Amino acid sequence: MSTYAQKKGFGAVLWDYLTTVDHKKIAILYLIAGGFFFILGGLEALFIRIQLAVPNNDFVSAGFYNEILTMHGTTMIFLAAMPLVFAFMNAVMPLQIGARDVAFPFLNSLGFWLFFFGGVFLNLSWFLGGAPDAGWTSYASLAMASETHGIDFYALGLQISGAGTLIGGINFLVTIVNMRAPGMTYMRMPMFTWATFVTSALILFAFPPLTVGLFLLIFDRMFGSNFFDVANGGNTIIWEHLFWIFGHPEVYILILPAFGIFSEIFAIFSRKRLFGYSSMVFATVLIGFLGFMVWAHHMFTTGLGPIANAIFAVATMAIAVPTGIKIFNWMFTMWGGSIKFTTPMLWAVAFIPSFVAGGVTGVMLASAAADYQYHDSYFVVAHFHYVIVGGVVFALFAGAHLYWPKMFGTMLNETLGKVTFWLFLIGFHLTFFIQHFLGLMGMPRRIFTFLPGQGLETGNLISSIGAIFMAIATIVLLINVIMTQVKNEKVGNDPWGDGRTLEWAIASPPPFYNFKQLPLVRGLDAYWLEKMEGKNGMTPAEPLGDIHMPNNSFIPFVISLGLFIAAFGAMYRAETSWGLLVLILGMAVTLGAMFVRSIKDDHGFHIHKEDLMDDDNDKGVKA
Amino acid sequence: MQAEEKFTYETWPAEPEKATLEAKNKFLGFWFFLGGETVLFATLFATYLALKDKVPSADHALAKDIFEIPLAFAATMLLLTSSLTSVYAMYHMKNFNFKKMQLWLGLTVALGAAFLVLEIYEFYHYVHAFGHTFTSSAFGSAFYTLVGFHGGHVAFGLAWIITLMVRNSKRGLNLYNAPKFYVASLYWHFIDVVWVFIFTVVYLMGMVG
Repeated sequence: MSTYAQKKGFGAVLWDYLTTVDHKKIAILYLIAGGFFFILGGLEALFIRIQLAVPNNDFVSAGFYNEILTMHGTTMIFLAAMPLVFAFMNAVMPLQIGARDVAFPFLNSLGFWLFFFGGVFLNLSWFLGGAPDAGWTSYASLAMASETHGIDFYALGLQISGAGTLIGGINFLVTIVNMRAPGMTYMRMPMFTWATFVTSALILFAFPPLTVGLFLLIFDRMFGSNFFDVANGGNTIIWEHLFWIFGHPEVYILILPAFGIFSEIFAIFSRKRLFGYSSMVFATVLIGFLGFMVWAHHMFTTGLGPIANAIFAVATMAIAVPTGIKIFNWMFTMWGGSIKFTTPMLWAVAFIPSFVAGGVTGVMLASAAADYQYHDSYFVVAHFHYVIVGGVVFALFAGAHLYWPKMFGTMLNETLGKVTFWLFLIGFHLTFFIQHFLGLMGMPRRIFTFLPGQGLETGNLISSIGAIFMAIATIVLLINVIMTQVKNEKVGNDPWGDGRTLEWAIASPPPFYNFKQLPLVRGLDAYWLEKMEGKNGMTPAEPLGDIHMPNNSFIPFVISLGLFIAAFGAMYRAETSWGLLVLILGMAVTLGAMFVRSIKDDHGFHIHKEDLMDDDNDKGVKA
Repeated sequence: MQAEEKFTYETWPAEPEKATLEAKNKFLGFWFFLGGETVLFATLFATYLALKDKVPSADHALAKDIFEIPLAFAATMLLLTSSLTSVYAMYHMKNFNFKKMQLWLGLTVALGAAFLVLEIYEFYHYVHAFGHTFTSSAFGSAFYTLVGFHGGHVAFGLAWIITLMVRNSKRGLNLYNAPKFYVASLYWHFIDVVWVFIFTVVYLMGMVG
């Protein structure tokens, strides 16, 4: 692989990333794109907090505030949290099961580019007449009344990026079912892989309702249909149902991988096997199942009636049980372990009380009768930021520090990592804890300003100060990333020293074929087992042979670009002469690219045994 | 087993659609995809049921005024038969009989195209005889979206099967294209199953009001 190690020019690297089908490079693409949108969503959050720092503020107008809050939620959920979760799934899951790539490398690339073009399309609304302004839930009664193209950007952009997510979910499911290394039974899979598996199943069944909901919105706004037009027989409640049938599983799609990352961290840095592994698997599957049974708890005040409300209230509270199982298992994992407080471990330890606080308010909100009081107040805002930030974002920060050496071959600075952690932790609680009380005192959410003399000034000011802490923490992380990459001190296979699963048994970053020989898995924590027996690597499960690898392809980029173009056509069709033409052109590009993919044979290529033998960047793995 | 390998009737594996790792992945992945499609159509059915006969005023036609069993029955028979012919095609694929597979796939395409022609006529008829359009009422929007999504799937399936037939007409079966034929036929069965539900929920239930 001498050509592979050569220094490449910028153009060659760019082309490599535009056409790559390697799960490790796609992970890096997800990390960069997701990180960019995370910063964008963070800036929008800062605008919100500046506007609300003092009463009667006029930093932004009411209309612009609606756009900012809508884009903050939409960006953070769809364009930051999901792709960042996907980054870690792509980077780590195939390595954890001992696979050379995902099941569909081509679709993996397609999934990324669809997400990317969908996200760019959505954000172009800022420059093309105004962003969506009906909240991230885009309730039809608001969305249909919105006069700019903002909602059209929302519906079309999410449709494109949602298709990418669905493709990714199917890909991970098949990878886990079909491509586990010899000996890797389901009950030997690392928790993060289990989380990826259940999450992917949730994606598969939760995204189609969103797809339909968005189609109805697109048809109503751009093609004259009447789904949400009450005067013509329509019904806006349909949107609420479809959105939340998707939307509630969506929060589990975000939190289950977070649970998976924390499960890995607790085991690694306590130097102990994860406590109650089987019950952890059971709890993950149960949360995934119950996640589909609770969507109407977002609609208690819609008027579904006491029986529906009671059923959904009880189902919601039931989710606290498997979640509680997990919390106790994590604590028992630490119990008696030899704990190392590294940066990832700090995030994990801080996650437990933060997330439990969010869980407790979750059970409070689940009581339908009490929810009439909390509904649409800052209490709800505090609740979901405690679970999403205290759960998901903490896990993303922790995962970034934990897996950075595996993805990039160099470690993030621990001191700066801890500075990031403490600043963010303090800022997070400062911002959101007080919002519980603002909500109970009657401050409604999504309001662009408030009046003095109602007891809301101090709370809002504290909340805004907290946001600044989180912003500084993020800047420290960025400095850390730049410093680390500039220094680029290479690390070995297992830089944390206590890696337990297969990804730590191979080089950092791994060669593009991951495993020269597929490893033989003899139990849970496969690599740890070998280490405990004094070996310094995995026992191979096969003789050294040719490795079959997929070809790079530019087609995923073109398919996604076609939909991006078509979306502009659909949006401007009614008011311009060229809209329809652009719509047809864009669809032709997409379908044409799919046609080319279909008729051109793509058999991939083989890395020959002899080349692998020359390649001595592995340590200890010998046939 | 290699994807490009040449086969004879004797060496052709029993389950060519699952003989290589790529094929196994394609097979399973497509089943998962159909799982997602099921939820998609379930959502469309739910939307249709919620908006059935929801019209702005009394002079709009309702389900019981519009639908006629003979037309829907003919369409159903065409599509059910096309599902059967695609089964025969896959039978010959498994027996490494490329010519007969192409023949039965050709019949499948012909029946599918006939179904599509009936559906287009049906839509044309509703628009002109009843003023029942995509934009006339919520009922119209829901009807054309549900049945139209299905029709779109039929059209896509036809284009897909024709592409496969033409692309492989000169080179016969191998383990690279056998799974492609197989998942295309799975897709065709799925379309057929969805139509069975449309026939029941839209047409039969529409007749009883």
